[in-house]
Amino acid sequence: MCLAVPVKIVSLSKDRYTAVVDAGGVRREANVAMIEEPQVGDYILLHAGFAIQKWSTDDVKEYNEIIQRRENSSE
Amino acid sequence: MNVDKLIESISNKSDRIGRKVNLMEVCGTHTMAAFRSGIRTRLPQQVRLLSGPGCPVCVTSDRYIDHAIELAMTENRIITTFGDMMRVPGSRGSLSLAKARGKDIRVIYSPQQALVAARKNPGREVVFLGVGFETTTPLVAWTIQNAFSQKIPNYSVLCAHKTIMPAMRALCDSDDVRVDGFLCPGHVSVITGAEIYQPLCREYHAPCVIAGFEPEDILLSIDMLLNQIISGEASVEIQYTRSVTTEGNKLAQDCVNDVFEPCDVPWRGMGVIPSSGLSVRSSYKGYDAELKFPDIRVNEVKRDTGCRCGDVLRAVITPSECGLFKKECTPDNPIGPCMVSSEGTCAAYYRYSRIDE
Repeated sequence: MCLAVPVKIVSLSKDRYTAVVDAGGVRREANVAMIEEPQVGDYILLHAGFAIQKWSTDDVKEYNEIIQRRENSSE
Repeated sequence: MNVDKLIESISNKSDRIGRKVNLMEVCGTHTMAAFRSGIRTRLPQQVRLLSGPGCPVCVTSDRYIDHAIELAMTENRIITTFGDMMRVPGSRGSLSLAKARGKDIRVIYSPQQALVAARKNPGREVVFLGVGFETTTPLVAWTIQNAFSQKIPNYSVLCAHKTIMPAMRALCDSDDVRVDGFLCPGHVSVITGAEIYQPLCREYHAPCVIAGFEPEDILLSIDMLLNQIISGEASVEIQYTRSVTTEGNKLAQDCVNDVFEPCDVPWRGMGVIPSSGLSVRSSYKGYDAELKFPDIRVNEVKRDTGCRCGDVLRAVITPSECGLFKKECTPDNPIGPCMVSSEGTCAAYYRYSRIDE
């Protein structure tokens, strides 16, 4: 139940708590009320439709490297 | 570091320790990730992963399920819930069964959808089944704050939210099982921050590492726990640094503290744990389904099914030691919640474990 996935903010609504995010090529709405100063382009951790954390570019790089190593080892 | 190197490092450290170590993954999402990736089968035999009480659906009482079903019996109500709750058996069937009998029970992805349903159905009462740990609680708190500020009177929450630390403390106090270190829940810790585990180190000398959910994250966290055991230290370390901070998510914490207050609640298999639950504060009492519908009264009914989910949740036994496992109790015919939930220990063992586990 505590599953959360990283997604990218592609647009923000005027109310500043609704965003459209890109989740692996799928676009969906997300609530960003729980994070400070959400910006288009931010990577966020999404749980049950809500952003619960922001990732830095270093965090995204680390995650991509982990996924790349996993993919390489399963080939 | 790649997985093979981490396994090698863990094996070397396990040899140095020279005894069996019990590491508990507290979170159900970790349990499933460890099984699904196959890393459990690659760990040395001396390193044992125990599954703890971190599946919120699994620790929810029969009485709560009965209460939710009873609320659904009135025509004017819409019950909204996460999908995991649907097939959990109460003493009088499941939500799934009630839905099959025509009751308006809707599976939703986000608590915000429950609020939207309330706005779209002003003539009906919408109840959200508030089940979950610290990761989920702020989201539900947000819906209550917004129902209040937007004056949506037909929304309420049947609250069974719990906090994980009191349960971890209860496990440390128990003589049932010795835990040599905790893989602390990653996404709970995003909200709470790392500091909440300090009492486990100070008072119980229990090493704690907050772990991410990729196989490499879990293995690195195990390696970090073994380092602490070798050095005789007990501290809180964050492996999942890309998501977890020392102080946590303040906005989420403030939202929870505004809406909820601690209360004593029962945990399946663990009894009542003081201050381990959250109830709706009196300032939002109009959104507490238990208070809003006082005519619905449900008593705890003891079921004698032979189900040992309570012992599984305390890691006293593995699922295969339960007499019902893979016989009467299967994913198609679950007797207890640990076989129902997608993060339940019994469901994980059923799908992924080796015959000898």
